[in-house]
Amino acid sequence: MPDLDLPDPDPSGPGLLDAGFLRRWMTAAAASVDREADRLTALDSAIGDADHGSNLRRGFTAVASELEKEPPDTPGAVLALAGRHLISTVGGASGPLYGTLLRRAGKALGDAAAVSRQELADALRAGVDAVRQLGGAAPGDKTMVDALVPAVDALGTSFAAARSAAEEGALATTPLRARKGRASYLGERSVGHQDPGAASSALLVAALAEAAGE
Amino acid sequence: MYGRDGTTQGRDATAGAGGPDGADRTDDRTVGVVLVSHSAAVAASVAELAAGLAAGGGATAPVAPAGGTADGGLGTSSELIAAAAAAVDRGAGVAVLADLGSAVLTVKALLAEGGDLPGDTRLVDAPFVEGAVAAVVTASAGGDLAAVEAAAAQAYTYRKV
Repeated sequence: MPDLDLPDPDPSGPGLLDAGFLRRWMTAAAASVDREADRLTALDSAIGDADHGSNLRRGFTAVASELEKEPPDTPGAVLALAGRHLISTVGGASGPLYGTLLRRAGKALGDAAAVSRQELADALRAGVDAVRQLGGAAPGDKTMVDALVPAVDALGTSFAAARSAAEEGALATTPLRARKGRASYLGERSVGHQDPGAASSALLVAALAEAAGE
Repeated sequence: MYGRDGTTQGRDATAGAGGPDGADRTDDRTVGVVLVSHSAAVAASVAELAAGLAAGGGATAPVAPAGGTADGGLGTSSELIAAAAAAVDRGAGVAVLADLGSAVLTVKALLAEGGDLPGDTRLVDAPFVEGAVAAVVTASAGGDLAAVEAAAAQAYTYRKV
């Protein structure tokens, strides 16, 4: 695989990540969510309503099939289309949250034909900010934000660093007490369970690193 | 699916004499109300309750439920929300009330991104049942979108104990 992790001396210069790369990310994410759906649902049955895995499987399957039918030709358009389909097909809170993440990131990328890793990181940071605004969650609330924030911070370094940061962030939700969503009704009983949204976020970031060959 | 047939017609149904282009129907424009719940049954029942309580001898504002997922499960469907909002849109704005979690987040995501809902659509911060009744009563009385929103939000201030 090409080394996509070269430093980006000029962030405004020609990028390396094209629409094909973003489509590979979404395809890898769909495959990963499909493989891990049972684990996500098991995590969600501990502190949620036991539908996270099946909801995301439905959503990302739809995204992968749409991207295959009519492949958009810019990175921004790939993410915008993926986000739109997640909002309309997931059925749970993760639909509007992940949908907003990708739509907003897609909007931030504009109509560039290819983007640098740093530009993708900046766009995803805008997406994560929109997720935080939508759900009102801050780091430490035991949500997807706990995996996504460290991941976009580390994406400036490398795809592999982002994957590690997301995985660590997801694992670190286990001792936390949930302050958002259905799990927050459980209070102290949410402690000791990994947050399913943080776990699926780690899968999505790992799929990004996979698409980059890292 | 809830389409136009699933809404109460009210004022709009009496406005047929206003002319084919609708240009002189301004007085009949009524705020529409959409009720988004995780459950199709809850959304439909609250819509029925609100319309029933609002129908105090006159026509009621259009109200449409958007409950559950498109395949009938518990959850939220952006398609059902968009269809319900289109069905109650009479050009005077649409007030949306939502119950929990993904219902609220889906409406907010649709509003933030634009294009999926009628231009003057607002998520109203209100208790679901009481707010729905207040919204439909106010809209049926001819209140504008701001009045409908205020009435629904005010339902939070009614203490029961």
